[in-house]
Amino acid sequence: MKLIAEALTSIRGERTLFTDLSFAVEAGEALAITGPNGAGKTTLLRTIAGLLKPARGALRLDPSDPEQLLSQRCHYVGHLNGVKAGLSVEENTAFWCRFLGGASARIDGALAAFGLSALRSIPAAYLSAGQRRRVGLARLLVAERPVWLLDEPTSSLDQASQEMLARVIDGHLAAGGLVVAATHVPLGLARSRELRLGAEAQFARPA
Amino acid sequence: MSTFVELVRRDLRLAWREGGTIGVALGFYLVVVTMLPLGIGPDLNLLTRIAPGVLWVALLLAALLSLGRMFETDLEDGSLEVLATGPLPLAGLAAAKSLAHWLTTGLPLAALAPLLGLLLNLEPEAYGVLAASMLAGTPAVSFLGAVGAALTLRARRGGMLLAFLMLPLFVPTLVFGIEAIRAATLGSAAFVPSFLILCAISLASLVLAPLAAAAALRLQLQ
Repeated sequence: MKLIAEALTSIRGERTLFTDLSFAVEAGEALAITGPNGAGKTTLLRTIAGLLKPARGALRLDPSDPEQLLSQRCHYVGHLNGVKAGLSVEENTAFWCRFLGGASARIDGALAAFGLSALRSIPAAYLSAGQRRRVGLARLLVAERPVWLLDEPTSSLDQASQEMLARVIDGHLAAGGLVVAATHVPLGLARSRELRLGAEAQFARPA
Repeated sequence: MSTFVELVRRDLRLAWREGGTIGVALGFYLVVVTMLPLGIGPDLNLLTRIAPGVLWVALLLAALLSLGRMFETDLEDGSLEVLATGPLPLAGLAAAKSLAHWLTTGLPLAALAPLLGLLLNLEPEAYGVLAASMLAGTPAVSFLGAVGAALTLRARRGGMLLAFLMLPLFVPTLVFGIEAIRAATLGSAAFVPSFLILCAISLASLVLAPLAAAAALRLQLQ
């Protein structure tokens, strides 16, 4: 499994965010996208998720699957959590499980991995920002998808939750998945490289 | 297919729990139709004559109130982006949201309409036709409305823009919906063609509107 970006160029409005950006992420590897605010980290993640069309360039996941688009093999957790305030923690997770084609047996495990078991029947409207973030992240575990796209995954998470997330990501990498995360703080992962976006995007050394 | 059903079920559950959208539409409908006879005065013949038109116009306005929220809540909490990475194509997503809107707004409004007909001295023989024409016509309102809702999704306070966009799209439904009722109460043979055209508008929008709404959504997600 290998995610390959070839000469991606993204233009938002009048502004060119990055030009001819090429990188490859292997199975079991995490790519941390860093850079100042407005450098195009979210744009890059949304491009991989298929929500944005790059101005030029191509993205593919090897080996390719003729049945599924790249976006259907990606989990995307953006700034917003995709959590419905009117549904309980369990209902939120169960909906995404069924909608994204996961097995319902995974729901309990996903909730437990993010320490949400005790909160399962609480409506999401009553949760704190960090708890809501964890409900959004629990989506990663209910349906099996090889590519995880995480946008500031640790935002509003406390220390213990950040460690939970690092464990979950490590498990995904160990199982041969790959992670692309936009982040300002180190995620504390073993196999992680850094892609720095800035005025001039370039590939940096392993972090 | 199962993802389509899942999405509809989630929207129905949310609408049921939050209650606001159904309540606002039904309340608005009730208020408009109650106030109108008070404004016009106790001229029963006049009320009978304008009843079909009033019931249809007020229904469209009541539906318009909730159309703007069709995709907005999912955009605001980030669900729309995740839904877009799911196995359901965007057209299927738009169709599911439209169906949910019809079940939570169009159908209750259509069910309330005969009751409100009492306030407008609607002719007794018109009740069945009124219910039939609204059942046949309201799907077009929800499905065409999805196109407008998708187009105005990122327009802050896009309510007025949505109203202007939907006006020409709703006119055929309005015209043939009223015409069907009028023809039936007059005992004219024009009822069948009007009613069939109304059905045709709904069926066409069932097929075409989700495609247009999906194209609009794709732009909005950019």
